[in-house]
Amino acid sequence: MKLVKEKLIDGDGKRRDGRTFDMLRPIKIDAGPLKNADGSAYIEWGNNKIMVGVYGPRELQQKHLQEPDRAIVQVQYTMASFSVEDRKKPGQGRRENEISKILSEALEGVIISDQYPRTAINVFIEVLEAGAGTRCAGLTAASVALADAGIPMRGLVASCAAGKIDGQVVLDLDKLEDNIGDADLPVGIIPTTGEIVLLQMDGHLSDLEFEKAFGLARDACMKIHELQREALSRKYFNEGESPKEDEPDGEVTS
Amino acid sequence: MKDIVPELKIEQIKKLALDGERLDGRSLDQFREFTIEKDIIGTAEGSARLKLGGTEVLVGVKIGLGKPYSNKPDHGMLATSVELKSIAHHTFEPFQATTKAKAIEISRVVDRGIRESGMIDLEKLCMEPGKKVWMANLDIMVLDFDGNIFDASTLGALAALKDIIVPASNFDLGEDFQLPLGEMPVSTTFVKIGDHIMLDPTATEEAVADARLTVTTDTLGNLRAMQKGLSGVLYYEDVTKAIKDSISIGNMIRETVRGN
Amino acid sequence: MNPTNVSNNDRKFVLPGDLLGDEKFRSGSGTYGRDGKIYASRIGILNISRDFINVIPFSGAYVPKPGDSVIGKVIDNGPSSWMVSIHSPYIALLHTNDVQPNIKYGETGKFLKAGDTVLAKISNINEIKKIQLTMKEHGLRKLDDGQVIHIPHSKVPRVIGKGGSMISLLKQNTDTKMFVGQNGAIWIDGEPGDIERVSKAIRMIDERTQMSGLTDMVREYLEGHENNEDRDDTEEG
Repeated sequence: MKLVKEKLIDGDGKRRDGRTFDMLRPIKIDAGPLKNADGSAYIEWGNNKIMVGVYGPRELQQKHLQEPDRAIVQVQYTMASFSVEDRKKPGQGRRENEISKILSEALEGVIISDQYPRTAINVFIEVLEAGAGTRCAGLTAASVALADAGIPMRGLVASCAAGKIDGQVVLDLDKLEDNIGDADLPVGIIPTTGEIVLLQMDGHLSDLEFEKAFGLARDACMKIHELQREALSRKYFNEGESPKEDEPDGEVTS
Repeated sequence: MKDIVPELKIEQIKKLALDGERLDGRSLDQFREFTIEKDIIGTAEGSARLKLGGTEVLVGVKIGLGKPYSNKPDHGMLATSVELKSIAHHTFEPFQATTKAKAIEISRVVDRGIRESGMIDLEKLCMEPGKKVWMANLDIMVLDFDGNIFDASTLGALAALKDIIVPASNFDLGEDFQLPLGEMPVSTTFVKIGDHIMLDPTATEEAVADARLTVTTDTLGNLRAMQKGLSGVLYYEDVTKAIKDSISIGNMIRETVRGN
Repeated sequence: MNPTNVSNNDRKFVLPGDLLGDEKFRSGSGTYGRDGKIYASRIGILNISRDFINVIPFSGAYVPKPGDSVIGKVIDNGPSSWMVSIHSPYIALLHTNDVQPNIKYGETGKFLKAGDTVLAKISNINEIKKIQLTMKEHGLRKLDDGQVIHIPHSKVPRVIGKGGSMISLLKQNTDTKMFVGQNGAIWIDGEPGDIERVSKAIRMIDERTQMSGLTDMVREYLEGHENNEDRDDTEEG
């Protein structure tokens, strides 16, 4: 079947869902929805629905994978069979493998892992419904789940894609824009330092277009970082409760 | 990996059971509260998120076309899978044979309950005998685990299967139609710990249970599927009591699911 | 609205990566220093004590320290040692040399077996975090009765309270014995009703760590329930 080239941006500069070039889709983040995981987060981003759970650090059972001076980070990104229009076969495909690897590396770059030699930090990213941009949404939620688990990090990671449709650089492509657009540029950064931990691109962009696209994604990451902060503060500070003065460590008593 | 329950806790479970009580304050034959959220996955024809106590499952149903099984050329098809996701519990290790075997047993028991009760009228899902029939893929993901995946999965599946529209027009096969449903099976799972039978076990109760029994019953109080698990034994009286409880409690559960 | 300011009473909620101070301060726990500045590495509450900047974490794994008393669960035994889960990333090892009775080689199961609960002390940790336990000091033993509940280890100081005030409150108002392990495992022994009240009070402390007036709230709960529910038992100890 041949795709008919549709207009993705109308005369007023509006995209099919009414967004302008620099707008994100609606994003909702919930910190700590799971009971068993050491940390967790749920994110809805446009049509994307993703659950992330973190276990660890825990002593690695496979001794040959242990690092004597640090924890290793193992991300497993999986799409549910019903998460896409045409049912996906259960199990990990090549795409999921690649994404798991780059997300593991992205998070290893921010986690302060030298306190936990010989352990693994497991991050499970379950894509329940996929609607373009799952790796960015997954990475954003994963860093909330890691913070929830109390894992030390140099900062949270916020992630978002920019791209090009109808010859114009725009933020946060939806499914159709991603399918028939000209380029996609997923970016993950530590908003507090500007360090880049995830960067991929496909399609074609000029150097000027890249700069513009990267700038859009970076600015969006700053907004996403605020949503991450709000989600975590909702979990740990129920409204109206004031934190209590700190007390010194007690001793074990009998 | 096995969950080792501390001896102190096992003693406590047994002590409480003597007075008809449980760790979480329930009586022995009390089912936990459950909540259902329906139609949450846009890419699935049917979906539901079911929380039963601390257990959470997400069920998605995709409807497609397939070639029928040769022994049932004029029947639509149902395929059920259960995944015990590592996200749900530290003992659900990925790619481990025991985790996989557990998931397969659960998916087969859930499938049997739905299939044997005739919940889906598969005969009405035949397009061309021997060639083309509708197929329902029922996929169940366990996202959080505090025991009794059997019943959580069956309940989640009921909720997800209810009110499905078969997208026939997308395939140029006439008008869309409602997935034809018949019976509504409800499964109830019991464990035996020492001399005590407990309904709807938590993860801790399952970890120390000697035997497990799942009983699936229909609206008329007929049995539709049973499965005994674990190495402990049951007595005839245990089974008849479970069946009796299953029928009465099943009716209550069924009403709750219908209301959703 | 800047959500950084959600906390009241000058108690600041911080996230990993938040800038906390400059070279005037020193980097304490839950923080890291970089280019002369100090940042949070954990989610928690900002705490400045003298010239140290700390973050008191809300959650996170218990990292054992030598001398910590912990409550653990035996998960396996070898011919001359036991493996003990202490709710930490690491499984601890307890050797037959480090327990009181003389255990013969191959007879570890006679003293402790999988599922047993012990009160032990961290005796040694090497650079790759192999953890050793001892049960040889006074008071360390197998726990035969009672129950164990768990809280995040970062909340242990709250359960103990300033100068042990909270734990005295718990014990005074119920007829229970308690051990609070540094790993967040708490052992409680007594009558079932008392154990339940103490457990509920501890859950309260766990859930409302951030709130002011916690001690009063717990006292009110314990005293209220003493009057309403307990008819014939418990005098103040």
